[in-house]
Amino acid sequence: MADVMLKGIKKSYGPVDVIKGVDIEIKDGEFVVFVGPSGCGKSTLLRMIAGLEDISGGSLEIGGTVVNDIPASQRGIAMVFQSYAIFPHMTVRENVAFGLTIAGASKAEKEEKVAEAARILQMEHLLDRRPSQLSGGQRQRVAIGRAIVRKPEVFLFDEPLSNLDAALRLDMRIEIGKLHKSLGATMVYVTHDQVEAMTLADKIVVLKDGYVQQVGAPMDLYHRPENLFVAGFIGAPSMNFLPVDIVSRDADSAHVQSSLVTQFAAPVWREGIGASGAATLGIRPQDLHPVDSGGILTGNVTLAERLGIETVVDVALSDGTRILCSMAEDRVFEPGQEIHLDFDPARAHLFAQDPQAKAA
Amino acid sequence: MASKLTRSNRAGWLMALPGVGLIATFIIVPFFLAFGFSLTNQRLASPNPTEYVGFENYSDLLGMAFFTLEPERDEAGNAVVEDGEIQYPRLRKFTRNNPDYPNLQGKREWFSWQSGENRKVVLASDVVFMKALVNTVTFVLVVAPLQSALALGLALLINQKLRGISLFRAIYFMPVVVSIVVVSLLWKFIYSPGDGLLNNLLSGLTFGLWQPLDWLGNPSTALGSIILMSVWQGVGFHMVIWLAGLQTISPTLYEAAEIEGSSKWQTFRYVTWPGLRNTAVLILIVITMQAFALYAQIDVMTSGGPLDSTQVLVFQAVERGYGKQDISGGSTISVLLFLIVLAISLLQRWLTRERT
Repeated sequence: MADVMLKGIKKSYGPVDVIKGVDIEIKDGEFVVFVGPSGCGKSTLLRMIAGLEDISGGSLEIGGTVVNDIPASQRGIAMVFQSYAIFPHMTVRENVAFGLTIAGASKAEKEEKVAEAARILQMEHLLDRRPSQLSGGQRQRVAIGRAIVRKPEVFLFDEPLSNLDAALRLDMRIEIGKLHKSLGATMVYVTHDQVEAMTLADKIVVLKDGYVQQVGAPMDLYHRPENLFVAGFIGAPSMNFLPVDIVSRDADSAHVQSSLVTQFAAPVWREGIGASGAATLGIRPQDLHPVDSGGILTGNVTLAERLGIETVVDVALSDGTRILCSMAEDRVFEPGQEIHLDFDPARAHLFAQDPQAKAA
Repeated sequence: MASKLTRSNRAGWLMALPGVGLIATFIIVPFFLAFGFSLTNQRLASPNPTEYVGFENYSDLLGMAFFTLEPERDEAGNAVVEDGEIQYPRLRKFTRNNPDYPNLQGKREWFSWQSGENRKVVLASDVVFMKALVNTVTFVLVVAPLQSALALGLALLINQKLRGISLFRAIYFMPVVVSIVVVSLLWKFIYSPGDGLLNNLLSGLTFGLWQPLDWLGNPSTALGSIILMSVWQGVGFHMVIWLAGLQTISPTLYEAAEIEGSSKWQTFRYVTWPGLRNTAVLILIVITMQAFALYAQIDVMTSGGPLDSTQVLVFQAVERGYGKQDISGGSTISVLLFLIVLAISLLQRWLTRERT
């Protein structure tokens, strides 16, 4: 088992910088998830840890050794790919034993290790099948089996569930969580799905445009996002953002208002919030609730999605700004109906005015 | 927008007519005509009416006999030896109008070997055809593995991300684009006796020790020379097919193998080669068919000579059909060639079938 240390890691393809200096510390036995939108560099980062991509700058340590120039096979890692990467012409048994075959292991040793992996993954009955006879979930199990057999210090998962359908994804997610607990190995997992990130991770690394946005436990990221990007990325539906003006501020709160927002006191702990000027207010759709009258926000319903367990209402404020409100009940709203929304001021997020606020 | 024209059945057939007509005239009809002619004594131009002759053409081509020639003996029953060589009766005593040996009638010696005092002789009705058959099969047996292996090697080399790799792809593919007739003419110069390019090159490399060879004029080197040149000419085409096959193999399979610590050879053995199965079947069948159809090189470079050492089936079929105006003989060779290629293709498909 081993720690993984990324110090100032950079990656460039010619003049294009993809990873622009990333520092991450992954402790032994930790389950770390890299999330971010496509093109943020999360897969590239994982492939650099795996040794499939050269490192353009910085140093990468696995178990205290700098491995920048050590080939993939000697880094003590195993990788599970999105496309499974199992060999189509080999049986499941041969696939799982592939690394042992390459290393010239004896038949008995192969049998033993394959049997152990099959037991852990409950796929003993699949061993003599060919990949073409397996479902997507079973194929991914085979790929994980091949990784387990290597007894790696670090498991790397590159969007392993993206090719599976929704129900299977849930099952496999639970499986991977269990696997982490039973093996106790360090795991690094890349996904664009924040639900996977929230449920699996001990620690989430949010990436955007080759920079780390925030590192922290899932609930830290949810409740205390450091910037607009993280606030908007974590949580579904995404957080609503509204421009506001700061009226006054004291030690840990600020009074804000705008033409759309009735004045209220929002908690302040992020840097960059002054005693006056512009700021961005963030409210999670789940924190909004309709009230009969008054409320901090007022608008008209444009669309209501009833999901049974929750109702998501799309509201147009007076100037046309759209916000979402999600309530954990089944309620009927008519399009065009006026709606008053209120929220607990303590759950509001106030961000320093960011020119990219709209883009995020 | 569908007009009357596009919905009319008759218009459809009318539009298909030129294509269908040409294919029928030049491919389908001749194919069946060849079968028909091979059962007759049809000639290109003859005042006599065509007659049905059954399988006579086939027996004329394929007729073979085995004969043991016993030495001439003196009164004591010992073999007659003159100048250290055992004397045998002349073979034509048995093959020409000898009522005791009707099975040898008209046949000629193909090859023979010594067995004790006796000489074993294999006779054939048509020795030239037999030589053509053997040469063609030799050509196929050498060219198929050599060309496919070389093409695979080249494909592996050019399937890399290197600066200017497309230049190499173009260079290796170039011979394919040039007409085989032009290539044959060029290689005739390369092979030319005395001061040809190849002789000059070899002589330069060995500091003048090389004795110039008449590559195409020597029965022992002529077929080999044609094989070499044919492999060179066709290798680029098959390289491209291999390359297409290589590029269908998912790169993540290579990455997975890399992480497992697979060596280059192991990666080829476990990832690349199994991924190329279907391509391999295709290439083997295509090369086999192309090799059996060997014609232009022979026509341009050797015309079957010297001493029939480069006679091949297609060249014989054309030579007989048009050179000797024996359309039925040429057709018979074509039909035999068709049956051989068909049988081999079926066999290859069966041997390389997907085992489940």
